[in-house]
Amino acid sequence: MNRWLLWLPLALFGLFFAAFATGLIMPKDNIIESKMVGKPMPAFSLPGAVEQRPALSSADLAEGKPTLLNIFASWCVPCIAEAPHLLALQQAGAEINAIASRDTPQDIANFLNRWGNPYSRIGTDTTSKVQLELGSSGVPETFVIDGNGIIVHQHIGDIREEDVPKILKLLEDAK
Amino acid sequence: MKRLLILVSICLVAPVAAQTSLPPAPYADRQLDDPQQEAAARDLMEELRCLKCQSQSIADSNAPMAGDMRSQVREKIAAGESPEAVRSWLVERYGNWVSYDPPIASVVTWPLWIAPIVLLLAALWLARGRFRKPKDGE
Repeated sequence: MNRWLLWLPLALFGLFFAAFATGLIMPKDNIIESKMVGKPMPAFSLPGAVEQRPALSSADLAEGKPTLLNIFASWCVPCIAEAPHLLALQQAGAEINAIASRDTPQDIANFLNRWGNPYSRIGTDTTSKVQLELGSSGVPETFVIDGNGIIVHQHIGDIREEDVPKILKLLEDAK
Repeated sequence: MKRLLILVSICLVAPVAAQTSLPPAPYADRQLDDPQQEAAARDLMEELRCLKCQSQSIADSNAPMAGDMRSQVREKIAAGESPEAVRSWLVERYGNWVSYDPPIASVVTWPLWIAPIVLLLAALWLARGRFRKPKDGE
């Protein structure tokens, strides 16, 4: 028997130990980034979600000015958490359009009355069709789009206070 | 007992309320009329990963988003697209991650195909002594 082979079980144990320890210390993130970043916004046209705001189509997102596209839903709790930061972005001059995911007009109107409405246009995506076109896998998500309608960034999850300057800079850079 | 019931119902209610109240997309749980197209769509759905519950295929998942994906798959197949075209449409958006049939020729996914063969060879090598005829006198 090769003497070195004696150490094989220990080496294997070390290997498995390291694998499990990394899994415990750094759990894998299950965030699926969209492959549409860097590509033009796919063509879509969504009906309006509420009476107070016009409908949204991909043409509205390529009018020369960088914009944000926020995907939200009234049934989504982190969307409430990010609402004040979206308002801050809007007050700082960002144009924010929105897609309401799997939602009803009444619920969306209630949500906006309660948590504020930073949106210029809101389209309603009742079957996640446009979300799938965008490579988006949940709510909330926010896309930064340049004036030519190219997606330059995808923010997954709710926008926190510390993300606001970062997103404003991305909008500035996209000019 | 009553307290326990209340506790259990609280645990059950919150996740339900965190879901959308809208009905599923038209073809999420409805088969296509053409049995051949339905079979093709079904086979593809078994090989597409749910975005929400990431260890399930969209055929197995009850997540609303998986239902929306099933509906899209069926609608595209019904419109005459090939299953492979629908798969690449999704891979283009979500990466190879979304498909349970990873390409062999990709830098990231080839070990998935090679690893079982390597492990089998290693096992044979380890077990090779067992297959030898016992020597005389042993």
